[in-house]
This record gives sequence, structure tokens and C-alpha cells, in this order.
Amino acid sequence: MKFLDLLKSAIGNTFRSKLRTTLTVIAIFIGAFTLTITSAIGTGVSSYINTQVASIGSTDVLTVTKTADATQSTDDGPKKYDPDKATGSGGFGGAASGLTGGVLSKDDLKTIANIKGIKDVNPVVQVSPKYIQYGSNGKFVVTINATSALTKADLAAGHQLSSADKSEVLLPGSYLHNLGFANAKAAIGTTVTFGIDDYQGAEHQVDATVVGVQNKSLLASGVGLSQYLTNRLETIQSTGRPASLGQGYAIAMAHVSADSTTEQTDAIKKSLSHNGFTGQTVADQLGAFQTVISGIIGVLNAFAVIALIAAGFGIINTLLMSVQERTREIGLMKAMGMSGGKVYGLFSMEAVFIGFLGSAIGAGIGIALGSLISSVLSNTVLSGLPGLHVMQFAPASIITIILVVMAIAFLAGTLPARRAARQNPIDALRYE
Amino acid sequence: MTSNSVLTAQGIHKSYGQGVNRFDALKGVSLDIREGESVAIVGKSGSGKSTLMHLLALLDSPDDGVLLVEGTDARQLKGKDMNRLRNEDFGFVFQQFFLTPNASVLDNVVLPLKIAGVSPKERKRRGLAALEQLELADKAKNKAINLSGGQKQRVVIARALVNNPKVIFADEPTGNLDTATGALVEDILFSLNKERGITLVIVTHDVELAARCDRQIFIKDGLEDIARENAAVAS
Repeated sequence: MKFLDLLKSAIGNTFRSKLRTTLTVIAIFIGAFTLTITSAIGTGVSSYINTQVASIGSTDVLTVTKTADATQSTDDGPKKYDPDKATGSGGFGGAASGLTGGVLSKDDLKTIANIKGIKDVNPVVQVSPKYIQYGSNGKFVVTINATSALTKADLAAGHQLSSADKSEVLLPGSYLHNLGFANAKAAIGTTVTFGIDDYQGAEHQVDATVVGVQNKSLLASGVGLSQYLTNRLETIQSTGRPASLGQGYAIAMAHVSADSTTEQTDAIKKSLSHNGFTGQTVADQLGAFQTVISGIIGVLNAFAVIALIAAGFGIINTLLMSVQERTREIGLMKAMGMSGGKVYGLFSMEAVFIGFLGSAIGAGIGIALGSLISSVLSNTVLSGLPGLHVMQFAPASIITIILVVMAIAFLAGTLPARRAARQNPIDALRYE
Repeated sequence: MTSNSVLTAQGIHKSYGQGVNRFDALKGVSLDIREGESVAIVGKSGSGKSTLMHLLALLDSPDDGVLLVEGTDARQLKGKDMNRLRNEDFGFVFQQFFLTPNASVLDNVVLPLKIAGVSPKERKRRGLAALEQLELADKAKNKAINLSGGQKQRVVIARALVNNPKVIFADEPTGNLDTATGALVEDILFSLNKERGITLVIVTHDVELAARCDRQIFIKDGLEDIARENAAVAS
């Protein structure tokens, strides 16, 4: 029997018992549908994150922190106190002192700056203005994006913060309405006022120019300030601070050459870790985020695979019944000189075809429904995150899913197919 | 007769079951079937005649004794040769037809060709030719289930013929048919034997059908019934 004939017969046979085939196909459909949707969510979210990284484009920025001490065993008791170790105050302030990794002292910053390949290093300073005001439209609480000076924002209007000595501000799109701007363009070039307290509690006001309006994004929320403006606010904030308080920072941002290769960046990271620091690019930080998402998607996929395994037993059952029903037919074919191998092939192909039907329909409906839900979501609930398509269907992963399901179906078909192949023609023909 | 032996059986034993349930279907049967003759294997039900035919058709293997196919010991045949032999040299006609009910008549007829790997075009040509011979060409597209008993048996004969076999094995070919249709089917089988020289091995309990064959082999309780054979020859 030729392969094509075998295939045609197998396909024809699966449609002989329509109800039974349909039920098995539904079981596979559920598994394949779930897998398609979960993998699409994986692709969608990852690609959104990648676009975010791309829009930031800060491959030349390393976030440097002090490497956490090796996990202390509870049996060892407390470690000896080291008075020279900087404790956090200023910079990230109180929060930093709670960090297990310790904070970066001025000396540390010098060490980092001296590492080969690093162009400059700036501590991330958290300034906390009390309010922001435009004209006479009232004062509003303000959140500052501490790293905005070092990264590139995804802009709706205007331009990026410059490194010049100018007090520049990037406003998030969500601030526009409350502050009293009609639209993003209207805000560009206007002057806003920040109110900030010094260490003694006296209020100061600082003016700054709006140079850009940001799109909403996962990563950078809050008002972006130019380095110059941050420094000005920091100066005000620390005015009157007792000199005896140690100065330390939780995080520093180091610039490396913009055209440095991955290898060069890795080398810099290595020498940082050699000196007791951890350097992470934005991609590294997002990598951690992505790991969490992949983990969640992995769990969802595992459920889908369990569904598929259950469906595999459905295939076994369907085919065993089919072998039972067609005992005589198998006997006849064997009596007419069909080899056991071909009979095996025939039943295996039936299993694989059922798997194909279930997975193709599952993937097809998954794509159709997923695209619909995804576009509805991005226009409603997720409209705040432009560019996010929750589900994206990658052809490669769809094909992989279909192939995996077909492989599972093949495995499930092994047992019934073997039983069919081993039948003795005469027992089969005598079977009533 | 001087023609060559197609099938030779020497001291064939076959039993089913184990222990107390053991049933000896054949207890040492020897026979010789020559090219172009028609042989009837006659016996009551349970006499072992069907078992003998299955063994001759290589659908089963004997527990003891030797089976020669054109002089070759059947035990020496490899799986592939065995399949080729069943496919190309043997044709089967069964009492219960064994047609695939929902497939078309033509599809049923060309099944051996399909197994042999003949191209679809050639299959159709040869299938239709075989149906033509049995005056069923107009039913080619009908479903097998919608045919009458006589038509079904003719389809089965067409299927047995389509590969131009050397031997046709017929197990009670007229068992499920009324007398008139049965006679028609018999005529077809014997004309194939006469005109195309196809060796015919018919298993039956119908003495009249057996009488039309060149030779009768009577089986009783797993052994050849020589006395009856002599009586039949004498009549």
C-alpha cells in the first residue's frame, strides 16, 4: 500500500464514526486551544516588554548596586558590626538602609567610575517635591521617576531631556488634564513650579520648563527631571542636614560607551562584580521581569499539556474501539497481503490525523478568538498601555503546538495500532 | 493429471485451545491441489474443512505437517513473500462477503490493488474491468451496503479476481444465497476455472456444488473420509 493511499484511507476511516471522532477531537481541541492562547499571551507580553526596552534604548546604561552579602546562615549568629559601611541616608534615604545589600558610599562611586569602560557614574537621587503646579490651576501631588535623566522616554510630544544645565521636565500624559493643559503639544515649553521642603521643613519653589510629554508605559511612570533639576532639588532637600549623617546611595547609574558590544558590557559587569557591585542593564532587569512572566505562562502551559495528556487517553480509547469494530476489516486486509507494519501505519495515522484535526481547529479558533479579545482589551481595559497586544500569535509556536499534539496523538495511537497490527488474519475473520 | 502441484499438504495437524478445552480440528490430512483444477473440500460444520482451507491459503500455520506452495515449504517463506503471495496469487470469496459497507463497490473491489500499491488510475481501470466481467459496472459507485446478496457475492468475486490470482479460495460461496442466485455465482466461478485456468478451492457442505468440481475431498472429524470419496467417484 502506498503512503498516499494509506493516508487517504486513514483520513477516511476517522470520519466513519463521526460522533466518536468529534468527541475525541473536542478533547484535543481544549488542550490545543489553551496552549495557543497561553503561548500567545507569552509572545504578546514579551514583545511588549521588548518594545519598551527598544523605546528606552538604554543599552548604554548600567544600574549598579552593592552586591548582597552571601546569604547569612542562621546558625552563624549575627555578623560583626562594621562602622565604615555606609548606611543609607539621603539618596534613597531610610528605605535604602533596609536593603540587605548595603548602600553605595562616595568611595564606592569613585571605585565604579575608575572601572575600565565606564564613562561616568551618577548616584540615583530620590528627590521628593511636595507638589507640582502650572499657572493658577492648583497644586498636585507629584511622583518623580528617579531614573528619567539617564534613560530615554517614549514621547507623545516634545523632545528628550537634555544634559545641559537647564531645569527640564517630562510630564506623563496623565498629568496634563489636572494641571490644566488641553493636550500634549500645549504643555511643551510652558513653565511648571515644584514645591519642595528642605531638611528643616522650610518650603522652597523651583521653576522648570516642560520639554516633553511621555506616553504611558510599564516602566517609567512619574515626572521625569533633568539631571540639573534633580541636583537643584537635591541641594534644597539636603540643606540643613547634619554633616555627621553618612551619605550613601542605594543605586547608581553608570554610562558605558553607547556602541559597546554585549561582550564589552559583560566584561564591565564582571569587573563590577569583582569589586563587589552588581551591574544590570535595562535588558537584564526586564529579563528578571520576563522570567516571572515566563514562569506564569509555563504553569498555564503545564495545565494545557495535562489536558492534552487526558485527551491522549481519549485517543487510545477511540482507536481501541475502532480496532475492535474493524477486526474483520483488518483480518481481510491482512488476508489480502497487507503487512502488519502497514496496518500499524494506518492506525497510527488515524491517531495523528485526529490529533491534527483537534490541534488545527484549536489553534485556529484560538487565534480568531484571541485576536478578537486582544483587540477589544487594548481598546478598553488596556488602552492605558498603548502598543500592548495581550495576545500575539507567532507562526512558529503555533506550528510547534500542532506538531507536539500530533506527536502526543501518535504515542496514544501506538497501543491500539500494535493491537491491530498483531491480529492474526484468520482469528480476525472468524470474529463475529 | 500431469499439471504441476500448486498446493501440497502432508500430514497436517491443527488444534485449538489448551488442556481439556483442546480441540483437534485436523488430525493428519494430506492432499495435493494441481494447477487449473477445481477441488471441493466437503464436510459437515465442525469437520475441520474451513480450517483446512485457511491453512492452504496460508492464513494460518499448521501445528504439525508440511505445506508446500509450488514446491516451496511455507515455513521458509518470509513475511514479505507471504504477503505478496496472499496479495497476488490468492483470491478469497467468503460466505459473509466481508465488504466494507459504507465504501463504494469499486473501492471494495480494488482493495487488493490498493494494498499492492497500484496507482489509482490503474486501480480504477482494472476494478471496472473486473466489475464489467461480473456485469456490475453500473453499480461501481453504489455503496456496498445497498446491494442484494447475489450482487454482494459478485462484488466479492470481482475483488478476488482483480489481481488475476492463480488460486481462488471460496468458503461456502453460495451459503448465504438463494438457489437461483447461488447457481449464478457457481456458474461464474466455474467459468473462471474453465476459461482462465484459475485453480478453484471450494469449501462447502453442499454436495451438488461439490459434484460440479473436478475432484472432491471429504473431511470428517479432522481426517480425510476416503470411503466417501471412493463412493462419490463410483457414482
